[in-house]
This record gives sequence, structure tokens and C-alpha cells, in this order.
Amino acid sequence: MSCEPESIEVTLESTLKSAETAEELTTKVCSQAGLDEEAQHQVGMAVHESLMNAVRHGNKHDTSKHVWLRFQLYPDRLEIHIRDQGSGFDLRRVPDPREAENLLKVSGRGIFLIRSFVDEFRVYNRQGQGTEVILVKRKNLRNKLEKRGKAS
Amino acid sequence: MSMKAKTRHVDSVTVVDLSGRITLGEDLSELREMIRNLLGQGQKQILLNLGDVTYIDSSGIGELVSGFTAASNQGGQLKLLNLTKRVHDLLQITKLLTVFEVYDDESTAIASFQKAARA
Repeated sequence: MSCEPESIEVTLESTLKSAETAEELTTKVCSQAGLDEEAQHQVGMAVHESLMNAVRHGNKHDTSKHVWLRFQLYPDRLEIHIRDQGSGFDLRRVPDPREAENLLKVSGRGIFLIRSFVDEFRVYNRQGQGTEVILVKRKNLRNKLEKRGKAS
Repeated sequence: MSMKAKTRHVDSVTVVDLSGRITLGEDLSELREMIRNLLGQGQKQILLNLGDVTYIDSSGIGELVSGFTAASNQGGQLKLLNLTKRVHDLLQITKLLTVFEVYDDESTAIASFQKAARA
């Protein structure tokens, strides 16, 4: 039995439209991975926000740059890698938008929403190779067992 | 589906019926412009009806906050009507339900502005 995950990779332009494209693709992959409708929406939104960050803050709207999106399907989880050509950011310095002093700020909720909607969120600043964020959504094992039970 | 916005007036309140996706882009600039124009024209009681909003991202949420702050700074009020479950959940986890007045019935929402004006 192979341990290699099923993998899908696409290269996207640095435009806001790419966030929508990525989100649509994510919903399809999540459905294929067996995630329920709510989880599909949540992961879709996490990818949308990640793409927006990559295009705006990473690539700074430079249309000569790209964003790479890769889905890796494991038996127990879906991993999504999003890489831009920017200089990266420090996750520890991203303020909590729920704090009283940040509540009325217009921006700064994207990372918080991503973290709320996936089980793991990691950021790697790759020297000279841009920034890669990894989103992990675990499959609901209870649903999986219920489905398996019905099928048998 | 891109965002659409239509305004109508009920008593002294301007109701903005929004539909579609509220995400970063031109549509969001139009919404900002619309709210600023309403406030500039002295229409300071604004009710955003989000009943037909299918999707809102962090930038869209930011725009609601921006409208709320702009209205408050000019002595007005901006309130929300008919949140879908997903929009409600987003405002809940971001703690913005503690900021916005939210209604699920239009006449109650309209009456709340009159009450505030009388007080």
C-alpha cells in the first residue's frame, strides 16, 4: 500500500479573482475528501483568506508573480499548501482582532478566521523562495465510521 | 454572484438591501461609497439588510465595521438586519455581535431607531 498522498497542484495569478477560483476548487476537493458541507465552507473560506493575503501582502498585487496552491489528501486529513513570492510574516506578531483595542479596526481578521476554520495553521518563511502557509483539516472520524457502518 | 445593493426608505431610516458576495474588490468600494454618500446627505439612520448575502469575507466584515464607525462618528447609527447563520457565526467568533445591534425583524429594527431618536 502506498503512503503517498493524492495530490493536486495549481498555479494562480496574483489577482483577487484567484481567491474565488481557489475557493471553488477547494470546495470540490473537500467534497471529494468526504468533508461535510459546513467543513467545505469553512475550508473554502480559510483558503480564500489565505489567497487574499498571498496576493495583497505577499505578492503585493504584482501580476508578474504567482501563487501556488497544492492539496494533499491523506486518509485522515486534507492538507493545503499555499505559497507566494513575498517576504513572509511573523504569526506571533499578528494581533487578536477580538481584543477591545482591535475590535473596531477595519482589517486584521483574516488570519484569525483561517485559524478558526482549520485544525492546524503553519507558516514557513522560505529564504528567497517566498512564504508557504499550510492548512490542515482533519476528517471527522465519527462520520467516517458511521458511513462505513451504513455501507457494510 | 457579485454584490448588489438597493436602498429604500422606511420612515426616517434608509434600508440597504444587500445580496450576493461581500468580498474585497470593486463591490466593496461601492458599498463604502454608498454609506459615505448616505451619511453625507444627512441620512444617518442606516439599516443593512444582509438576508440575501451569500458570502462575506474578512474584508467585507471590515467594511461593515467601517460603516458602523463612520455613522457613529457623525452622530448616526448603522444596524444589521436578517443575518444568515454563517454571517451570524462570523460576527460571533469575531466578537462583533457585541458591537452591532442586530435584528431579525424589519419593523422591530425600524422602531429601534425611532426609540433612540426620541430618547
